[in-house]
Amino acid sequence: MKKIKTVKDLEKFRDAVLSSRNPDKPCITICSGTGCHAFGCERVTQGFRDALEMHGVSDTIDIRTTGCHGFCEKGPLVVLYPQKIFYHGVTPGDTAEIVSDTLLNDKIIDRLLYTDPETGEKIIKEEDVPFYRGQMRLIFGNNGKIDPEKIEDYLAIGGYSAICRVLSALSSSEVIDIIKKSGLRGRGGGGFPAGVKWESCRNAPGTARYVVCNADEGDPGAYMDRSLLEGNPHCVLEGMMIGAYAIGSNEGYIYVRNEYPLAVKNVGIAIDQLRKLGLLGENILNSGFNFDIKVSRGGGAFVCGESTALMASLEGQAGEPRAKHIHTVEKGLWDKPTNLNNVETWANVPLIINRGVEWYTSIGTEKSKGTKIFSLVGKVNNTGLVEVPMGMTIREIVYDIGGGIPEGNKFKAVQTGGPSGGCIPESLIDLPVDFDRLTEVGSMMGSGGMIVMDEKTCMVDIAKYFLNFLKEESCGKCTTCRDGIRRMYEILDGITKGEGKEGDIELLEDLSWVVSGASLCALGQTAPNPVMSTVKYFRDEYEAHIKEKRCPAGVCIALISYIIDDQKCTGCGKCVKVCPRSAVTGKKKMPHRIDPEICIRCGACLASCRFDAISVV
Amino acid sequence: MDTRSIDRILKKYNHEQSSIIGILQDLQEKENYLPEKSLEYISERLSMPLTRIYRIATFYNAFSLKPRGKYPVNVCLGTACHVRGAAMVLERIKMHLGIEVGEITKDNVFSLETVNCLGSCALGPVVVIGNEYHGKMTSAKVSSTIDQYRKDL
Ligand SMILES: Cc1cc2nc3c(=O)[nH]c(=O)nc-3n(C[C@H](O)[C@H](O)[C@H](O)COP(=O)(O)O)c2cc1C
Ligand code: FES
Repeated sequence: MKKIKTVKDLEKFRDAVLSSRNPDKPCITICSGTGCHAFGCERVTQGFRDALEMHGVSDTIDIRTTGCHGFCEKGPLVVLYPQKIFYHGVTPGDTAEIVSDTLLNDKIIDRLLYTDPETGEKIIKEEDVPFYRGQMRLIFGNNGKIDPEKIEDYLAIGGYSAICRVLSALSSSEVIDIIKKSGLRGRGGGGFPAGVKWESCRNAPGTARYVVCNADEGDPGAYMDRSLLEGNPHCVLEGMMIGAYAIGSNEGYIYVRNEYPLAVKNVGIAIDQLRKLGLLGENILNSGFNFDIKVSRGGGAFVCGESTALMASLEGQAGEPRAKHIHTVEKGLWDKPTNLNNVETWANVPLIINRGVEWYTSIGTEKSKGTKIFSLVGKVNNTGLVEVPMGMTIREIVYDIGGGIPEGNKFKAVQTGGPSGGCIPESLIDLPVDFDRLTEVGSMMGSGGMIVMDEKTCMVDIAKYFLNFLKEESCGKCTTCRDGIRRMYEILDGITKGEGKEGDIELLEDLSWVVSGASLCALGQTAPNPVMSTVKYFRDEYEAHIKEKRCPAGVCIALISYIIDDQKCTGCGKCVKVCPRSAVTGKKKMPHRIDPEICIRCGACLASCRFDAISVV
Repeated sequence: MDTRSIDRILKKYNHEQSSIIGILQDLQEKENYLPEKSLEYISERLSMPLTRIYRIATFYNAFSLKPRGKYPVNVCLGTACHVRGAAMVLERIKMHLGIEVGEITKDNVFSLETVNCLGSCALGPVVVIGNEYHGKMTSAKVSSTIDQYRKDL
C-alpha cells in the first residue's frame, strides 16, 4: 500500500476506490457478526462462492461479508444489492437457489422473505421490515454496508473525511467547541458531556496525555459496543483520532473485553491498515499530529469497566477502583491526564463533525441529543440491536420495533442500565427514553441494555440475579459493597426459597441506603438499584413470596410444583422420556403423574408436552 | 514446561510487567490454563513477585489455574440468557456431565464454566462448547448437543 501523506492523497485514494466500484453491480452481503456466526454464516458464504463459480458469474456478482445488521434473531441475514432484497434464516442449501433464481432470473424466493406477523404480508426490502423501519440507524446502519476488514469500504461511504476536515481546517479548541455544542453525552453509563470532559483533559497540566476507548461492555445483556467494534472499527478509530487531536494526545488505548475475540481481531486489522497507510503514526496527513493506538484485552471483570479500575488494569494491575478526589482527566493512566469514552461515544464523533451541530442537535430530546443503540433482548419477538433517536418511548421500541411479546404473553417490565439500573413497569410504558427520564424513574441509561420481561419473569428472582452478579463482581475493597451486597443477596435468596420474613423488605431498604451511601465506586453506589426499583414497582410480588410463600410468575423453584391435568394427559409418554430424574410415571395411554419429591422443576416436561396438560402451580 | 514458547510470549510484550494480563492470556491460550511452573518461570524472567502474578491470575475471571477440558463448556448466565432460562440449562449440563462449575470430567474432555454475557444475547440461552456457539439452548437439547462432541473425539 502506498502511504497517504496529505489530505489530497486521501481524496485521491477514495476516488480511486469509488471509480473502481459500480454501484449497480449486484452484490450479496452476508451478515457475519457474532450472532450470524453462531447460525453458520461462514458455510452460507462458502455456499454463495460455490454457486457463483458454478454459474461462472464470480466476476459479475460481488460477495461482501459485513458486520452485524442487528436483527440477530433471524440470522443468517442476506441482503442482495442493488435491489436490497432481504432474506433471513438462509442456509447453505438455499444459496444455489438464490443465485440461480433471484440473482440471475429476478425471481423472489417467498419462503426466505420476512413475514410481517401482524398483517401476514411478505416483505421484500430490508428497510420495509418493521424492525428496521422504526429505527434511525445513523451509526449502526453502516455496519451492513462495509466489510470491516476493508478500509476501502469505509472510505467508500465517506470515512475519514471528518479527520481530514479536522486536521486541515479546525483548531483543537474549535473541535472541542463543536463537540460541546453538539450536546454529545457519554454512551457508557453516566451520560457525562463529552466535550466538557475533553476540555478538562486538554487543560489539565502535564505533557503526555492519553485517550482511551472503553470497550469492556460489562453489562450482561448488552452487545452494541461489540457489534460496532466488530462491524465498523474504523468509525471508532476515526472518533478517537479526532478526540486525540482535540485533547493533544499522541497515544490511545482500546480496552476490549476478553470474550470478544472477533472485535479484537477486526480492530487489530483496522489499526494495521491505518499504520501501513500512514494514517496512524507520525505527522498524520502532514498536519504535525502524531498518534497511535494500542489494543489491550481485559480479563473478564465487570468492575474494570469503571474508569479508574480500567486504567489500573491497563497498567497491568488488579482492577480496583480508587477514590476520585482527583479526576482521571487530570491523573489517570500512569498518573497522566486521560480521557476515557465509550465505543459508541467515539463512534458519534465523526458523524457530528461531518453533519454539523445544527443537524445533530435536531435529533433527540432537549438534554439528550442524537441516537442511542439499544440491545433489545429477553422476552420480545424481534431481539437484536436497535438504534433509535433519544426520546422514543418504551412502547414504540418494544412493540413497533420489537414486535411485542412472544407467545401472546403480557408485557411486565423492561430492565435498563444493567446491574446498575432498574426495572420499569408497564405503567410507565409511554416514558420517552433518554438519560434524565430513565434516572427519574429509578433506572438509568447505562450502556443500553434493554431486557424485556413478561408475566413469566419473577421480579424477586431478577433482583436476586443482579445482586448475585454484583456480589461476584465486587472487587472487595469496600466493606459495604463486599459484605452489604452479599447480605442483601442472602435475604433475597431466602425470599425466593420461601424463607422470607416479615420485615425483610424494610431490611433490604435499610441496607440499600448504606451500600449506596458508603461505597467508593459506582458499582457499589448503584448496586441496590435493581432491588429498590423492583420493591418500588412490584412490592406485591415480594409480599406474595414472603407472606403467601407463592411465586406468582412461577419461577422460584422452591415455591412451585408441576402437575399433570388428568383430563388433558393422553399418556403419550413424551414427558417420561425427557425427564432427567425419572420423576414422571404412568402407564401408556393413561394419565401420568409427577412425583414432587423427585422433580427438580427443570421444565423439560412442560416444554415437551403437546397437549398443554402440564402446568405450574 | 516449554520455556521457549514462554520466552516468545515475553518477548512479544517486551518483558514489560505492565503487560502481565496480556502475557497470561497468551499463556492460557497456549496451555489451556495457567500452569504453576510456567507462572514461576514468568515471575523469574520479569523479576515480578509471584504473589503479584497470582493476584492478577485470581482477580480476573478469564484465568484458570486448573487444567480445562479439551472442550470447555461455557454457559452464559447474562441477563438476556437468564430471563430465557439459562439457569435450568446449566443445571441440566451439570447433571449430564456429572460435574460442578469449575470442574473437569474424569476423561478430561469437558470442563464447565460460566460467563456473564457473550454478546450474543439475541440467541439466548447461549452455550459455547470449545469455540462453537450454540444458541437457543433448552434443557431438552443439552444431552444431544454435548454428546455430539464425544462422538467426534
Ligand atoms: C462498575 C462499572 C462498570 C462500568 N462498565 C462500563 C462499560 O462496560 N463500558 C463503558 O463504556 N462504561 C462503563 N462504565 C462507565 C465508565 O466508568 C465511564 O463512565 C465511561 O466509560 C465513560 O465514557 P463515556 O463518557 O463515553 O460514557 C462502568 C462504570 C462502572 C461504575
Ligand atoms: S446474556 Fe447471554 S449472550 Fe448476552
